[in-house]
Amino acid sequence: MSLAVEPTMSDEPSTIPAVIELREVGRTFPGPPPVEAFKPSNLKIERGEYVSIIGPSGSGKSTLLHLLGLLDRPTTGSYLLDGIDTGHLGDNARAGLRGSRIGFVFQSFHLMHHRSVLENVELAQIYNRMPRKERRQRAVNALEQVGLGHRLSFTPRTLSGGERQRVAVARALVTEPSLLLADEPTGNLDTEMSGDIMQVLDDLHGAGLTLAVITHDLDVSRRAERQVRIVDGSLHEA
Amino acid sequence: MNDLTPEARDRSVVQHPRLSFRDLLDEMVSGLLGRPGRLVLTALGTVLGITALVSTLGLAKTAGNQIVSRFDELTETRIVISPSDNGFGGNDSTSSIPWNAETRLSRLNGVVAAGTKSDVDISGALSRSVPVVDPLGINEHQISVIATSGGLLEAVRGSIRTGRYFDNGHSDRSDPVVVLGPAAAQRLNIFRLDTQPAIFIGEQSFTVLGIIDDVAREPDLLNAIVMPDGTAREFFGLAAPAEVHIDAAVGATALLANEPMTISESGTAANMVQIALTPDDPESLRTQASQGYTAVRQDVEGDVNALFVVLGAVSLLVGGLGIANVTLVSVLERTPEIGLRRALGAARRHIAAQFLLESTVTGLLGGIIGASVGVLTIVAVSAVRDWTPVLEGYLPFAAVGLGALIGLIAGTYPALRAAQTEPITALRSS
Repeated sequence: MSLAVEPTMSDEPSTIPAVIELREVGRTFPGPPPVEAFKPSNLKIERGEYVSIIGPSGSGKSTLLHLLGLLDRPTTGSYLLDGIDTGHLGDNARAGLRGSRIGFVFQSFHLMHHRSVLENVELAQIYNRMPRKERRQRAVNALEQVGLGHRLSFTPRTLSGGERQRVAVARALVTEPSLLLADEPTGNLDTEMSGDIMQVLDDLHGAGLTLAVITHDLDVSRRAERQVRIVDGSLHEA
Repeated sequence: MNDLTPEARDRSVVQHPRLSFRDLLDEMVSGLLGRPGRLVLTALGTVLGITALVSTLGLAKTAGNQIVSRFDELTETRIVISPSDNGFGGNDSTSSIPWNAETRLSRLNGVVAAGTKSDVDISGALSRSVPVVDPLGINEHQISVIATSGGLLEAVRGSIRTGRYFDNGHSDRSDPVVVLGPAAAQRLNIFRLDTQPAIFIGEQSFTVLGIIDDVAREPDLLNAIVMPDGTAREFFGLAAPAEVHIDAAVGATALLANEPMTISESGTAANMVQIALTPDDPESLRTQASQGYTAVRQDVEGDVNALFVVLGAVSLLVGGLGIANVTLVSVLERTPEIGLRRALGAARRHIAAQFLLESTVTGLLGGIIGASVGVLTIVAVSAVRDWTPVLEGYLPFAAVGLGALIGLIAGTYPALRAAQTEPITALRSS
């Protein structure tokens, strides 16, 4: 079908849809007692933006991360990713969307320890059936981009924490996602390594990537050009 | 495009996740090889189960075959001819078996050995090995006397411990010679022949030619004094041989004894052996021969198999539970990996497929190793026991398939559990 085109080029060519648009999105966990972890809020992240979402633990950061990452469904409101309303998509479609448009970076890296660095990065592309040759080339490029071109055949165990997180960043980059979603990316790293990773993220932003970093760390938060506070499940622009 | 609802447009631009089979295989292989120790332990259960199944089924077959072939060989090749109540002679007590029965039968194809055998009536005479008449009777024994032709020992698969068996020359000359059964020899205190011992039956002395070691058929020979037909006729008035024993070649029994060659007016059938012995009156004889053994073999094999199959099935069940258990533990342990894969765009079915494939391949590997070890076990046991290994040709292949099937079944529940794991829970659990 000729419909398989980027929505940005569809009916309204003049407006480029925001990467993320939350319209009165809320999430309540059924009780008893029911907990309103994330109160109905609006949030728009435009293409190329670098946004940090900062809040203390228990403020609803994780809930927001899961909603943004399509790992969880909102109980109210609608969430548009690249202009696509995710509310009426099935599980499979959400998985496909997640795999192709969102790159995750986790606090605990989530690398596979018995696979090489290169294989870890390639893993991000197997669920959208990229040709093997192209997949490998893209993985090599992504690793070079984060400065690990010389460590392709190493296993994560032999790498430092900062290097591991850079592998995870490369894995998130390799699918050329619309959004890189980082959850406490420096939470398991010392100051020096944290600076290292934040530099990588800065560089990626400089290259045009849209970034959302969720953190409780002010130093990390300050690196972003736009900061959003989350307190008791509601969002406030800082 | 404009006539589409926004929902339909959204759905159309979203690409569903896809995983090529080759990538699935790659993920399965590295999933298994990433934890080689676990793979070995998981497969071990199936290895043991399949080994037990293959080796027990094979050994049952091998042993069954062994039991039956020994059993068969003796009974199936045995033919005994004795006088019947039919024929011209009617019910008279004299057997119509000719003295030269052995010569007549040896011309028939399929006869390995033949000989006559008759109980000799010695009118209660006692036997002794010392020439003096002992008034106390301590050295006198009541021992039965059997007359045979020279070929009987071979026909009953007997062997001689010392000395020799008499031949038809002794019979023709009516030589006073005897051969002793081992039990009879012991009672008569005769153990060696270098002193040329003699025994007395009543007042008549007989030279001992040899001592029998053992016989496979007709064990009454073991406890008897055995003499040539001609000797029995001369000294004790034996009228005619009472029985003819034939050792037939394997497979020849049917042709020799079971297939009727002629059928008389009275409806009595006569077989080749009977015609060879008494061509003028074949119905006067009766033949005893094995009627076949297939049913017996199947019974024995069935009994042995049933027992071993139960054993094998139990061990397989244990093996299957082992795989299920370890796979389930593995799923729980790999929860973060499942979460990561889901975050990277894997659909639930991809997760299920991977775990299912891993457990199936584990079962398959267990099946291959188990079938091989099982076959080796059969060969080894057979070699030690000097048996012929017998195995159904399809069994090793079926066993490998069974291993894979067990892996598949055992992996189903863990795979479903894995697929149902919510990515949030999975990512949080690290």
